[in-house]
Amino acid sequence: VIVRRPVLYLILITAALFIYIPLRTSNVILREDLILIAVSIILASNLNLMIGYTGYVNFGHIVFYGLGGYVGLYLATVRHWPLVMAAVVAGFAVSLFALLLGLGILRLRGAYFALATIGILQAVQSFVANFDPWGRSTGMYLSFEVYEPLGGAMRALWTTYYLIIGVMALSLILSLGIKVSKFGLGLFAIREDEDAAIVLGVNTTVYKAIIYSVSAFLPAMAGTFMFYKNGMIDPSIAFEFIASLEGIVMLMLGGKGTVVGAALGGGLYEKLRSYLLTSPRLSNFHLVIAGGLLLLVVLFAPGGLIGWVYRLVPRSRKVIE
Amino acid sequence: MGGILASMIDGLLVGAVYGLAAMGLSLIWGVMDVINLTHGSMIALGMFFMYLLYSAMAINAYYLLLPVIAAGLVLGVVVYWMAVHWVVGRSQLMSLLSTFAVNMMVIGIGTALWSTSPYNVNFSLPGITVGKYTFPGNSIAAAISAVVIALALDLFLKRTRFGKAIRAVSDNRDAAELMGISSTAVLTGAFAIGIALAIASGALVSTLFPFTILTGAVYQLKSFVVTVLAGLGKPAGALVAGVLLGLLEGLVTPFIAISWIPLIEFGLFVLVLVVFPRGIFARANA
Repeated sequence: VIVRRPVLYLILITAALFIYIPLRTSNVILREDLILIAVSIILASNLNLMIGYTGYVNFGHIVFYGLGGYVGLYLATVRHWPLVMAAVVAGFAVSLFALLLGLGILRLRGAYFALATIGILQAVQSFVANFDPWGRSTGMYLSFEVYEPLGGAMRALWTTYYLIIGVMALSLILSLGIKVSKFGLGLFAIREDEDAAIVLGVNTTVYKAIIYSVSAFLPAMAGTFMFYKNGMIDPSIAFEFIASLEGIVMLMLGGKGTVVGAALGGGLYEKLRSYLLTSPRLSNFHLVIAGGLLLLVVLFAPGGLIGWVYRLVPRSRKVIE
Repeated sequence: MGGILASMIDGLLVGAVYGLAAMGLSLIWGVMDVINLTHGSMIALGMFFMYLLYSAMAINAYYLLLPVIAAGLVLGVVVYWMAVHWVVGRSQLMSLLSTFAVNMMVIGIGTALWSTSPYNVNFSLPGITVGKYTFPGNSIAAAISAVVIALALDLFLKRTRFGKAIRAVSDNRDAAELMGISSTAVLTGAFAIGIALAIASGALVSTLFPFTILTGAVYQLKSFVVTVLAGLGKPAGALVAGVLLGLLEGLVTPFIAISWIPLIEFGLFVLVLVVFPRGIFARANA
């Protein structure tokens, strides 16, 4: 059962620290750093459900985040729904979209699916860039009145921060919960040998479609909160291909298939990226460095950081998952 | 009516270039079961190779295809030994990720060198006028170049010893090795040719439209569509499927905004894959 897993308490403690430290010190810069890390962890750990657990590469994972942002912002600002309700509904809407799409494209095995996910990203982006209610390619801008239900813009920043940390904790708990469940076992079977999984009675198409849809839910909620916080959204920001790639780098770096690895990779890569982006000499090369890092991990350490820890201390497998 | 016909002919000419790009992807896929995700960035590099060479020499841009292709072959060998050799035969996840990593690096270097602002190759051949429509000379020359390169590849694969070895490895790698074919040499060669085709098609596109370092992604998507239309590992079929895609684009562009095209192409891609999950003619009579 999940409550006996030490990692669960690690997750809860981390989330509590994420909330406590910036609040105690009222450190706004730290808060902004942590929110980016939290979003990276959300994206990496939900992507892990596909890549790490099921063995299917999703190159268009950022679509869920961007679409969630669009649906949520539309509901919260044009329709004046309460923010959390808008985010939850955005989560369900994007999950439903993923489920329907998944039932179609997840008939495709392995590599074909990966190609389809690249196409999805471009197709959704071109759809949104032509969609009138969402402001076509100029996107949507929020006015300050929007933040009034939350007690003004300053308070809203803190509120969205707590919400994002909540989504981060949920993402990690979800990863852990799936890992210890029978459903998770079915996914691992698909990853190891899909034909064998079929023979053993795993309905692989349904399993894959469900996990694809589940991996959409929390990123979509995070998208609503983040774009609400930022006050604007447009197709090139919401569906940035590079962001989708970086999710993969984070996951591989930390160690695919593990809950802690996804979180660790997300956190570390985000720190590295903000260092590279602010350094005047390296900012142009951050993509090169990210790509080089990914190549090195794939060729020499396919298990990522956690895989390295496993090899060093084999017993740690039982504790760190 | 005439307008639609003219637009379709335009599409057909561009389609030959799509076909050439897809041939590169299809060849690599067929020979080593690797989906080459450096494809888009290589197409983009082809555009910039052409731009740099033309800026330096200012001769007929289509003569410059030869040095561009040569550079592509060299680059292909480099990329093969950097990222592909180590993952051939391992799980597809690994080759997807390693080629993808190279793609990121190339795009990163390209962005640093040339930013993401548009460039164009300022060269044009006189067009051919039929009635009130003029077909640009560059489109015609690009289509002819694409067909010539495709035919040359077909001859190479069918008539030369090395080409036959490539086809043998593509059919059955183990059996080919038992016949004394060095599969490492063949894989390196096939990968290099695949990259050279992508680079050549990028160079041809650069004579038709303005481009940025990110434009390659658009043609990569088209290449995927064309490749699944044609069936995997069938370079000759890719040219025909490319022309078909071009015709289709030519047919729809008079009616809808150009920004919808990725959506239509993606729809087509999924439709073909879902109806024919392993490619339309995949391995039926390979």
